[in-house]
Formats: sequence, structure tokens, C-alpha cells
Amino acid sequence: MNMIHVTTTVNGDETEFLCDPRETLLDVLRDRLSLTGAKEGCGTGDCGACSVTVDGRLVCSCLMLGAEAEGKSIGTVEGIAEGDTLHPLQEKFIEYAALQCGICTPGILVATKALLEKHPDPTETQVRYWLAGNLCRCTGYDKIIRAVMDTAADLRKAS
Amino acid sequence: MQYHCPDSFKDAVALAAEAQGVTRFLAGGTDVLVQLRSDIVTPDVLIDIKKIEGADEIRQDENGWTIGAAVCGARMNEHSALKAQWPGLVEAMDLIGSTQIQGRATLVGNLCNGSPAADSVPAMIAAGVRVTVVGPEGERQIAVEDIPTGPGKTSLKKGEIVSHVHIPTRRAGGGDAYLRFIPRTEMDIAVVGCGINLQLDGDVISDARICLGAVAPTAVLVADGASAIVGTSLDDGTMDALAAAASAACNPIDDKRGTIAFRTHVAGVLARRSARIAYDRARASQ
Repeated sequence: MNMIHVTTTVNGDETEFLCDPRETLLDVLRDRLSLTGAKEGCGTGDCGACSVTVDGRLVCSCLMLGAEAEGKSIGTVEGIAEGDTLHPLQEKFIEYAALQCGICTPGILVATKALLEKHPDPTETQVRYWLAGNLCRCTGYDKIIRAVMDTAADLRKAS
Repeated sequence: MQYHCPDSFKDAVALAAEAQGVTRFLAGGTDVLVQLRSDIVTPDVLIDIKKIEGADEIRQDENGWTIGAAVCGARMNEHSALKAQWPGLVEAMDLIGSTQIQGRATLVGNLCNGSPAADSVPAMIAAGVRVTVVGPEGERQIAVEDIPTGPGKTSLKKGEIVSHVHIPTRRAGGGDAYLRFIPRTEMDIAVVGCGINLQLDGDVISDARICLGAVAPTAVLVADGASAIVGTSLDDGTMDALAAAASAACNPIDDKRGTIAFRTHVAGVLARRSARIAYDRARASQ
């Protein structure tokens, strides 16, 4: 098997790995780098549970090959908290109980963090459209949306 | 599977021309990787074009816009000057998939995947977009409507790749629009799509192109619809003739997304609505 050597940055740390050309970035993150925060839901880009950022751009890691990560900067849910200090979004998700089974949560946190960096003052409609590619089968979305809107308001006050 | 990252389209073409077995070009991968992972198409050779210089550029010159084959939808949507000139085309691209998909999916991928329901294709055809095809025998420019030949099929030959998309410069008094029908508000495949681009001379339409998606094996240019509205200001009778021409151009299938009768009817409705939006935009740009 011809393995590919890849040098990339994950959550700010330079990282190297060997992967099969068919392996997705999601496979690499979970199975080679032991970063199991990103989840495989559908594996076809429909559910968003595997959401990560690549050079700041939100993507599904199941629809990207590990080999494509060469020279890129990858952001996963593991990079959201600073040490033991949770990100304000994570705090709010707990406060609002914006999760039940939790499978979709890492992807939704990565997606909403990317949203708030781009649009610090989103409308509810904007949040709902932005998260249209993140499926949640437990919460009915309302608590998630409220947690995001409240985090956005807090972050604006703090800045 | 071999994975290649060539530095130029010439090298990409050479790799594809010499490749044994199933070959795919990889840009955003939102179709290629789904097909790979679902065991629908397992490439023997995968050629990633994202490292090619210029493949991820949006450029503007006196002839219009040139968009590289690796430019994702999100980049187009963030480009305010492009969006101001071609709102219909940019909105058509933006309708495809989620935020995550927009971070990867490309115009050229949408075209070369060959789906009759591809949202950006009717908008590109209406806009008179051309593409550069690079192949073993050199380079040529052809119209977008000459690429798809049927569901999942294109006119591209072994070793050929679409390297760039060329969108004309928007003249004053021009406007475009794209609308699609889906059973919900987001994240679905077009049941019918309609792209319209028109040019005004005063209040009167002097030129128009109308293209429907998802109602035939390929996107269809509706020449009768264009001739129905040229020379008019979209009065009620004109709108009826446009809708009739759009419905008459349909040759759809019955499937779970929509029946033949429904698609045929909706094509007329979307033609009316998108014509109105394009007309208002054209008026605003005078």
C-alpha cells in the first residue's frame, strides 16, 4: 500500500501522519491522531457531525481526504476550549441543555464558532441557515439556536 | 488508488491521459468523495487540482470574470463585486448544499458531475458563460451548454479537464436571476430550476436567455421563451407566453421529487418569477 506522508497543523500544533490515499481527514483525525471529537454520522456530507475548519473555512471532514490536509491548518472541537476553560459556546450549550445524545454537538460547536467569527451579530434566521448542514435528532434545534444567540450577545458585550 | 497533486493543468492532463483505469479530478470533492465512499465510483487515479497556480483565483479584466476550477461557492458568495454583477449566478451556486458544502463545492464540479438538476448550470447557461477545456490536444473555449450530454455524462474526452469558467462583463441595464423549487427551504435537490439573464434597452427587453434545469436529461435553453419576452416589458400576456414556452420545453421524468405534470407546470411558474426578478435587477442597474 502506498502511504502518503502529510505535514499539517491541527489546533495550532504541527502534526505529521502517514495515510492511505483513500482515507478521509475524518478517518485520520479519529484513527491516527486520536482526536475523536469529530464524529462520523452519515459519511456523505449531509449531517455535519464531522465538521472541522480548514484554513478557517468550515467543511465536512468526511468529504476531504487526509492527503489534502498537507500544508493546511485544521481546527477541531478539541481546540475550542483553552485548557480547562470552556469556550463561551460550550458553557452556554451546557446552561441551555442544548444537547442530548451529544453526537452532533462537536460539529455544531465548530460550525457556530466559525459563524460567530464571521458574523458576530447574526439573526436567528442566519443561524438557522448556517446550521442547516448540522443535523440533530434529539433537541429539535430550539435550545441550540437559543444558546448560540445568547453566546453571540454575551461575546458582543465582552468585546 | 493513486493520488496526484500536479502543479499545472498541463501536468494534470498528462497524468489523466496516461492513467490506467478510472480517473477522477478532485477539486471540492463533494461529489467525487461521496461516490468513492458509497462505492459508486472508485477511482484508480485521483488528480487533485487544488495546488495548480490560478485554480483558486477569481479574476476580473475587460472581458469579464475568470473563475478557477477550484474556487469554492463560499468564495464566490463573499465576492461583493462578482455578486453585484451576477447575483443570479452567485445565488444559484449558493443554493447548493450546506455551509460546509459551500466551503468545498465548485462551479466546475457542479458542471462536470453532469447532474440534470445541478443548480449552477442553468444560471451559467443563461449568463452565456464559457469554459476553458484543457486536453492532450491543447486548449479550447466552449459554451457551458456544450459540456453536459446526459445524466452523469459530459462531452469531455479522456484527459480533458475544465480549467476555468469565463463569465461575461455585466453591461448596464442587464440582470439575472435563478430560482428553484424544492419541497423545503434548504438542503435539497432541485425539482425544477430556472435561470434567466436579460438585457434592457430603456424599459424594453433587447436580449434574453432562459435555461431550465431538472426537467430534461440536460439543462435546456428555452429559445421560444426568450423570443416571447424580447421586445416587451413583461406585461401579463408576455408572461403567459413565457410560461407556456417554458412548460413546452420540458421533457422531465416522474420520480419521488415530482411528477411530469408538476415539473412541467412549475417550470412555467419559475420562468415568470425569475423573469420578474431579472427584469427588476436590470432596471436597477441602468
